[in-house]
This record gives sequence, C-alpha cells and structure tokens, in this order.
Amino acid sequence: MIPQVLHQGLPQGLVTATYLVAAVLFVFSLGGLSKPGTARRGNLLGMLGMALAIIAVTLSGDVHRYGHVLAAMLIGGVIGAFVALRIVMTAMPQLVAILHSFVGLAAVLVGINGHLQGNSLAGAGLVIHEVELLLGVFIGAITFSGSVIAFGKLQGLITSRPLLLPLRHGGNLLAALACVGLGALYLDSQPLWVLLTIIAIALLFGMHLVAAIGGADMPVVVSMLNSYSGWAAAATGFLLGNDLLIVTGALVGSSGAILSYIMCRAMNRSFLSVILGGFGSATGTGTVNVEGGTVRSLTAPEAAELLDAAGDVIIVPGYGMAVAHAQGRLQQLSEELRKGSTNVRFAIHPVAGRMPGHMNVLLAEAKVPYDIVFEMDEINEDFANADVVLVIGANDIVNPSALEEPNSPIAGMPVLKVWDAARVLVLKRSMGTGYAGVDNPLFYKENTRMLFGDADEMLKSILEHL
Amino acid sequence: MRIGIPAEIFPRERRVAAIPETVERYIHLGFEVAVESDAGRLAGFFDDAYREAGAHIVAEPARLWEQSDLVLKVRPPGFHSVLGMQETELMHPGQHLLSFIYPATSTELMEQLAARGVTALALDTLPRISRAQKMDALSAMANVAGYRAVIEAAHRYGRFFGGQITAAGRIDPARVLIIGAGVAGLSAIGAAGSLGARVRAFDTRPEVREQVESLGARFLELEFDEDGTGAGGYAKVMSEEFLRAEMDLFARQAMEVDIIITTALIPGRPAPKLITTGMVESMRGGSVIVDLAAEQGGNCALTRPGEIVIEHGVHIVGLTNLPSRMPCQASTLFATNLYNIVEDLCPNKDGTLDLNMEDEIARGLTVVREGEITWASVLPREVSAAPPPQNVEEKPVVEPRVIPPKRRALWSLIGLAAAGLAVLGVGAVAPPDFLSHFTVFVLACLVGWQVIWNVTPALHTPLMSVTNAISGIIVLAALLQISHSSELVTLLAFIAVLVSSINIAGGFLVTQRMLRMFRK
Repeated sequence: MIPQVLHQGLPQGLVTATYLVAAVLFVFSLGGLSKPGTARRGNLLGMLGMALAIIAVTLSGDVHRYGHVLAAMLIGGVIGAFVALRIVMTAMPQLVAILHSFVGLAAVLVGINGHLQGNSLAGAGLVIHEVELLLGVFIGAITFSGSVIAFGKLQGLITSRPLLLPLRHGGNLLAALACVGLGALYLDSQPLWVLLTIIAIALLFGMHLVAAIGGADMPVVVSMLNSYSGWAAAATGFLLGNDLLIVTGALVGSSGAILSYIMCRAMNRSFLSVILGGFGSATGTGTVNVEGGTVRSLTAPEAAELLDAAGDVIIVPGYGMAVAHAQGRLQQLSEELRKGSTNVRFAIHPVAGRMPGHMNVLLAEAKVPYDIVFEMDEINEDFANADVVLVIGANDIVNPSALEEPNSPIAGMPVLKVWDAARVLVLKRSMGTGYAGVDNPLFYKENTRMLFGDADEMLKSILEHL
Repeated sequence: MRIGIPAEIFPRERRVAAIPETVERYIHLGFEVAVESDAGRLAGFFDDAYREAGAHIVAEPARLWEQSDLVLKVRPPGFHSVLGMQETELMHPGQHLLSFIYPATSTELMEQLAARGVTALALDTLPRISRAQKMDALSAMANVAGYRAVIEAAHRYGRFFGGQITAAGRIDPARVLIIGAGVAGLSAIGAAGSLGARVRAFDTRPEVREQVESLGARFLELEFDEDGTGAGGYAKVMSEEFLRAEMDLFARQAMEVDIIITTALIPGRPAPKLITTGMVESMRGGSVIVDLAAEQGGNCALTRPGEIVIEHGVHIVGLTNLPSRMPCQASTLFATNLYNIVEDLCPNKDGTLDLNMEDEIARGLTVVREGEITWASVLPREVSAAPPPQNVEEKPVVEPRVIPPKRRALWSLIGLAAAGLAVLGVGAVAPPDFLSHFTVFVLACLVGWQVIWNVTPALHTPLMSVTNAISGIIVLAALLQISHSSELVTLLAFIAVLVSSINIAGGFLVTQRMLRMFRK
C-alpha cells in the first residue's frame, strides 16, 4: 500500500480534501489566537494544519525526490527550532522580521523556478500566469529586502533613524514605473534578464521603503511585512493553481493588513503616511516649547517611599524596559507591592515597544498575570485615581503634547494620560527624546519626578529600599 | 558677611528664621552665621544643633544685632521689651534686614528703617513669578495655617472626623465647609479630607473649582441668576445680589455642616463678615468655626481676634498666628524660603549679597535701600492666600482626525463600485479556472479580516508570529517544484524548502513559547 502511494500518489480528491481541512485549521488557528484563553490551542491547530498540508503535498504524487525534501526540511526545521527556543524574548521583533524575510526569499525562488519550468499556456491564460509570476516575485523581493532592513534596524545594526534620500517619493515612483514597463516587456517575450532586473529593482525598493521609516513605526512595518509575505504566498498559489496556498496567503495577507491598520489607528496616523516614511526625523519642525520648566529628580529610596505609601499604582512600560531587560525586576516590584495590598496595574499603549504587543509578551515572560495588564482604552480614565504612576523607558506614548500641542509631530496620537495621577515617576536613562524626536512636557510637570538611570539597576535599588 | 538670627520677640511667636540645616548651607555659601541663644528653642531647634551646624551662639541680642551684616527675622522689627528699645534702634547703616515687613500698613517702621540707613528686604513684597515660588514664605505660612486650622477644629470638635461603623453604632463623617480656596483654604481641604471628613468649599473665583475638586472636595456654586437687572448701576446691583446669594448659601450650609473654616480676605481691607450671629445660632451645638481672617477682624461676626470663645454652643477659634502653633514645621519651611532668597541674591557663592536692581526678585524684595524708601510705586501685594497665578494658556485639545461619516460612506461606496467593476472586468477575459481561484482568494481575505478584527492587542505579537509561521505554507510551492528535471530548479526549490522550513518551525515554536508565558 505505502510503496504504491509513494509511487502513484494519493488520489487527487483526498489531497484536495486535506487541503480543505488544513485551510479550516488555519482559520481556527488565527481565530484562537485572538483570545488569551484559546491562543495555545490555536497555535496547535496551526501546527496540525501545516503538518497535514505538507504530508498531503508530499504524498500527492507530484513530489519524488524525498531525499531532498527530507534533507531540506530537517535542516531548516532544526535551525528554526534552535533559534526559536534560544532567542531571548526582547529580541522577538528581530526574529519575526527575519522570519518574514525567509518567506519573501522563498517566494522569489519559487517565482524564478516558475519561469525556468516554462509552461504551455496561451492567450489570456498566459497573461494571467505571467502577471501572477511577476506579482509573486515582486512582492516576495520587497518582503525579503524590507525584512532584512527591518531586522537590521531592530537588531541595532542599522540606525533606526529614517533614511531620507532627496526625491525619495520620486525615486519610489520611478522604481514602480520601471517595474510596470519591464513587466509589460516580460509579458511580451518572457526574457529571464527582465525578470531578474525586476527582482533587483524590487529588492532596492523594499530596502528603501523600510529604511525611510523611523524606529517608532517599526511595529507597523513588521506587521506590514507580515502582510506582504502573505500576499507573496497567495500570488504563488495563483501561479501554481494551488487553493491552499491562495487561502493561506490571503488569510495572512489580510490579517497582517488589518493589524497594521489597527496600529495606525492607535497612533492616529494614516497608513500611507507611515509607509511613505520620514516620521521621527531629527529635522522635525514641530518642537514643543517648554517654558521655564524645571526637572525634579528623585533618588531610589525616595521613590521606594512613594511607592510604599501609594494605594493605587499603575506601571507604564516602554521600549526602555525591553532594552534594559527590566521586566523581571518589574514583576518582582509589582509582586512586592501587591503583597502590601497595593493595587498594581500595568497600562500598555498599543504601540509601546518595537512590535505590536511587544510589552505584553515581555510582561508575560516575566510572569506578570495578564489580568492586571490593561490596554490603553481600558485604563486611560483611571490614571486620575492613581496615587503613583511609574513610567519605565517610555516617552512618546506618554507625551501630553500629543493632545495639547496642535503643532507637535505627534499631535492627535492617543497617549496614556499619566499626568492625571497624583504623582508620576519617570524612569529614564537621560533627558533624551523618544523616537519621534519630540520634547516631552511631561518631564516638567509639577507632579512629575524623574529617576535617571538604567531601568533594571534603578528598579533593583528601589526594591532594596521598599 | 555675617548673618544674624535673633530670637523673635513678638508675644507667643515660636518660629525662628533659620534652622541648623539652613545654617550649614549658609556657611557653604560663604557666610558666617550667628544665632541668638535660645532663638530656636520653642521650635525644637536647640543651641547645640546650631553650634554643630557651625553657627556662633550669641547670648546678648544687642551684640548680635551689632555684629550682623544681614539679619534674618520672621516678624517685622518691633519693640524689644527686655532691652526697652525698638529693634530698629539696634540697627546700623549698611546693615541688611530680611523679614516680613508689610510696608503698606507699617509706615512708621518704614520711616525708622530709612532713618537708620539700612537696606530692608520684605518677604511679603516678593514678586509672584514662577522662579520665586520656592521663596514664597507667605504661601508656605498659609499652607501651615490651613493645616493647623483643621487640627484646631479637630481638637475642639468633640467627635471623629472620619466615619466608622462600629459595634457601638454608626459614626457619620464630619461635614466641613471651607470658605476661600487660596493656599490656606486648599491646605485645609486636603488636611480635613485626609482625616476622613466630607469637605465642601466655596470661593468667589470660579476658576479654582478644578483645584478644589482635585483635592476631593465638593465645590459649592451659587444659585445666582445674572439676568433680571436693568442696565443702570448694573455692577452695584449685581454685587449686592451676589452677596445676598452668597449669604443665603452660607446660611443654608451653616445648618448642615459641623465645621466652618474661613479664609476670606480682601487685599487692604477689613475681612468681609460672612458668618453672621444668626448663622452661628443655627449651627449644631459642639460645632467649630476657625476664622483664619481673625487678624483682619474676622469673617465671623462673633470672632474675637486672638481668642477662642464659645458662643451659642459653637466654638469660635480666632487665633491669629496659627503658623506659630506649628513652630517646627513653619520654621523649617520659612527658613528654607529665606535660604532660597539669600542663595539667589548671592550668585557668586562668596558670602556677599548682590542686590541687582535689574533683577525682578531683588527689586521686588527691596523696600528700603541704604536709607531710601524704594517701595512706593508697587501696588500692595495681594494679601489673600490665593495661589500664585499660573501663566498657562488654555490649550486647545486636538481631536483625533475623523473623516465625517458622510464622506466615509461615499468613499466606501465608490470603492465597492470600483472593486465590483474590476471583478467583472477580470471575469470577462480570464479563464474560469482563474476565477475559481480568485473566488477562494477574495473569500479568504474576508475571513482573515473577520477573524483578526477583534483580536486582543496583548496577543498581537503571538498572532503575528503564528501568521508568519502559517505563511511558511509557501513550502508547498517549493515542494511541488523540487522534483523537476532541471537541476537548477531543484536547487532553487531545495533552498526555498529549507528557508521556509526555518520559518515554519521557528514561527510555531516561538509562538508556543510565548503563549506558554501568558498566564492568569
């Protein structure tokens, strides 16, 4: 039986049915991931779907070189598993970015193969086939190079300041036009060099696209690249006439796009303005005037005293917490305070950190129970009742000028209204500005006290004095 | 320069103008400090502590005045009953004095100071600018007075301030009315609130409402209709009406509350009479009125300045120097205010005073300069304990950009129409095979949208990493190509399988790892 299957393949109906099951499992997987209670089951369903899909296609009769298949999957799987289990949680954004690049790379390779394999189509069918091929390669290449740049920025290999070339919009437009022109040429006679040139242009395009986007917008970029990787897979599915690829690619593509949109909405910025980049440039014109402001700083023992006396504490973590790996210490602090029957809550801004949900993952890693972690909308009105708000390594997301200064570059972005609390403790390395490059009047407010230093060190010494 | 701290001579004045901590800081600034023996005793600061801080202790006040270049005091100079002479007579030309002086009401003192050829700096003429807030002794003392007023009230009041439910019955919280929400009033609101009382406050300036409410008190409003009066003599009629409405409010409040603390002062005039004999009669027995305006005649008709009386069963506290009843706290704040002034006037930290008349603070403080009265043109400083005005303009709140619903509806209609046309166009030319794939594609997009729309933001990262893993489905495409006869195709497909496998394994496992950490 089995040798026969290996030789002739499963019946086509069975393969298609398996694809259907896999597609449904993927939908359940994404659905499960939308609630904490069902998230783990969702992930397992996703794994199951993937396993079924791979087994089905391998046994479909179209695949013969099992040695190659096994070798490639084993090597890739081991590398992937190794990285996934070893990575520190603070490096999660980089990992996700680099994984996206692999999908893009695979899409490019599959597209080139599609060209090399040739086809026997003609007429409208041929045109559609070629367009699918070009789209798959184009999106794949952008995903690949864009993700590599995003990885570099998140890893700190490349400056996270936006790269602003003169005529960048013109350059982008030129690249797009060139690709359309070359695409038309390719449709005509399918020369390989045209395909490779399109890939090269798309690679440059993707690099430039992400390089122009500032560090603060990285969450949107990562999610956008996620979406692209899905579209690339879908285009490949069209190319091969494989419904499972189409369904899965569309699922990933649309979910990534929705996620980007949700995040843009959280920053009150249009998707287009994020994609076109340039936000957070050092030459930003909208400086906030802070007149006659004095910064009052505080020592760890004094901060400990304040926290000790408080009945209601809200902690606002930001990227600085991730950088300092302070989440563990923060959890210790919150445990310590909760033991003293202080009401401790965490407030998470939708774009805190460098990846959507970045803070939640780090807090979860530190074993902060998720029922004391609140989203901005849930907790924003409660700041007025808090005795002490502890801001750790966050800047732009707690900047009152977003609401008060119509000229500020971040005007209109919803922010956490920490200044409504009786006392705000801001733990920061220095008086430097956030990624948006905007001065923060919060630091000069009457009820704000600054704690300068490394987040982890500072929390440690606060803990000692508690 | 040598700083001299004489003991206060005013009856029952317990404050002192410097504490050991500021003495030490003056010495750091380059000054020499002499303190009269027992100057800080009543505030709990003893000679030994001053000595330890580096001060000389001088037993005879006359010698202290004689040897000092800068005298720091709390009260304006007055009659020294032990020496039998005015303190100003102890002063010599070129000497500096820093204390409360009240130049508007003490013409005689000003003349004496000028006659002695001294330079006098009045704490009460300090300009109200934000840079000078840390020097503002009037506000600091008003803060102490407000706090102490509550303590005095609590002391006289025969009940708890806070409510309790006990085995022996239920205790209602005390109801406290604060009239005038200046620094003293706000401080009293805070203190009474933290003792557990239910606090309400009234002020004629509606803009302090926010401050009152921020301290957890209720802001009382006048039920006062501005209309209904003719054009002629509008202001006068209105102010009479206003007063009547105000008195009505107080009369109603008096019947309700247990404690009244009044802080109403009008600059340069006797305190307004706000609590009439009738209102006192209407209060419950054992109630307390603390009149912080007693020194200016009092806000209550029955107040006797400097005394505590019981009228109609109501305790009326007319004590005039409440800060002096918290001498340690008041002295600490006062001494710090003085230090901040001296530090500001001694920019080179060389132990000398530099009175730069170009500087707003130095000019504001100086009322007599080397025997010449320089205080004249300036209006009397507002005596009420109003908080320093804050030069903050009302900033417009930026509304998030919202596309009007009508326009949005139009756009989505146009979008739908365009999409529909595009689909029809594709359908006209494309083979049926493509269209069936396309159907699947569009439906899958919609499913993805519906599924993701309500995701908890906390799960964004795991969601992204799982979709990332799922997008590894592209491995299928590569697998289908790996068996091609061309070696190049096989090689490329091999690489594609490899990298997408990294993606699949890495994506799922890291998601699993993340999700394991989410716990309740």
